[in-house]
Amino acid sequence: MKISTHIYNIGQGLKNVWRNKMFSLASIATMTACIFLFGIFYSLGTNFQSMVKTAEEGVAVTVFFTEGTSQARIDEIGKEISKRPEVANYEFISAEQAWSDYQEEYFGDNPELAAGFADDNPLANSANYEIYLSDVAMQSTLVSYLEGLDGVRQVNKSEVAAKTLTDINQAITIVSMAIVIILLAVSIFLISNTVMVGISVRREEIAIMKLIGAKDAFVRQPFVVEGIFIGLIGSAIPLILLYFIYGRVIKYAASEFNFLSNMVTFIPVETIFKTLVPISLLLGIGIGWVGSRVTLHKHLRV
Amino acid sequence: MIRLDHVSKSYEVGKPALEDVTIHIDPGEFVFIVGDSGSGKSTLIRLLLKELEPTKGKIYINGQDLKKVTHKKIPMYRRNVGVVFQNFRLLPDRNVYENVAFAMKVVESSNRDIKKKVPSILSMVGLAAKYRSRPSQLSGGEQQRVAIARALVNEPKIILADEPTGNLDSDNTWEIMKLLEEINQRGTTVLVVTHNMEIVRTMNKRVITIKKGVVVSDVGGDDYED
Repeated sequence: MKISTHIYNIGQGLKNVWRNKMFSLASIATMTACIFLFGIFYSLGTNFQSMVKTAEEGVAVTVFFTEGTSQARIDEIGKEISKRPEVANYEFISAEQAWSDYQEEYFGDNPELAAGFADDNPLANSANYEIYLSDVAMQSTLVSYLEGLDGVRQVNKSEVAAKTLTDINQAITIVSMAIVIILLAVSIFLISNTVMVGISVRREEIAIMKLIGAKDAFVRQPFVVEGIFIGLIGSAIPLILLYFIYGRVIKYAASEFNFLSNMVTFIPVETIFKTLVPISLLLGIGIGWVGSRVTLHKHLRV
Repeated sequence: MIRLDHVSKSYEVGKPALEDVTIHIDPGEFVFIVGDSGSGKSTLIRLLLKELEPTKGKIYINGQDLKKVTHKKIPMYRRNVGVVFQNFRLLPDRNVYENVAFAMKVVESSNRDIKKKVPSILSMVGLAAKYRSRPSQLSGGEQQRVAIARALVNEPKIILADEPTGNLDSDNTWEIMKLLEEINQRGTTVLVVTHNMEIVRTMNKRVITIKKGVVVSDVGGDDYED
């Protein structure tokens, strides 16, 4: 096709959006509603997962050493720990540090109570590594490994916390995936249906074009342009709405429920939108494009 | 120009809409195809437009075997055959000028050619003054003249008209028939499907009569008796 024909068809596609105002509005409204719902669940799911992740990061495994283990061996153990994929980060707490932390925590208000231990560290054998996990589900694997290391006396872990968090994380993943998949399927069905109805109404127009010698591509192009345009608008509107609503909800939650800020942190809108924008645009434009092509196909056999 | 060799078409097994039809039409001829409703006239037009495939037999248009025209090549084939329908089949959301220009856009004519040719063809059919009107603002006769202008604008060698006067009053019927005769006199082969016996008798052209899918007579205008 000539470039001028492409330009003409793009113009016709955009004119068609206006010519078929009601159909265009119906398609845009359907798409907006579906992608808006999809966006809400995506944002909720992502935030829940992030909260669980934050909680997971607080779960630590503590490794204590056999009495008399040299500092060189302790450093070696540290190096081995650092190589493990389950480990997000780790920290060495010396016996002095452990005692100092203990005093601060329990004798903070009455330091004279600890005075009797001035030259005799009761936690002399409590140097340890505090290990934070990248994935709490891997806690037991790491613990078995650590227990097998030479020079390790004891490994403290929080099995209940790890299991609970793993279970919550799994549940959130499954539920949000299921909701997103259902919403995607419903969106694809509703939007394609609207596009199909819109095209079926115009099958006479398509038949006329074919009978006066239009090639399939010539007939198809304006419809595809129309589908893509509707998809673009239908996904841009919910994204703009979500952007403002999300920002406001976070601000509201932070101001009204101050106590929440210590327990949970919301993902910034920019982070959510990094994934949501391409998915929504692809969804909208993709359905517009595929829907118009697939539906046209059967009307082109004239 | 148009040749049908023993063509049959059945929509259902054992019920042929057309049976063993053999017709030869030379370039520049004006031919009426007549017959009652359901006689197979429209099936014939649809076969010539390659909307349908014959069940048996062969169709040649301008020496080209239609069976060998693939789906991809159908548009190129149809550009040589102008078609006019009983219900006009204009694009309702476009004006007269755009409806005719659209046929030229389809064949990728340049904008300059379109601007030159569309007004001249609209003058020929007597609608130059109404180029901005929508089909809904025109009478039936005017709409049919737009359809004829659209069929003619790419200078096809053949015009197929399926009941072109079926929705028109007597005055408009004669105007359309005069227009088709004028087009034929310029060298275009014209095939008109009709059941309007008055125009067939008055026009005095070759008449092919189809009954129940079979050609029962093929005579010159002088010899036609209905």
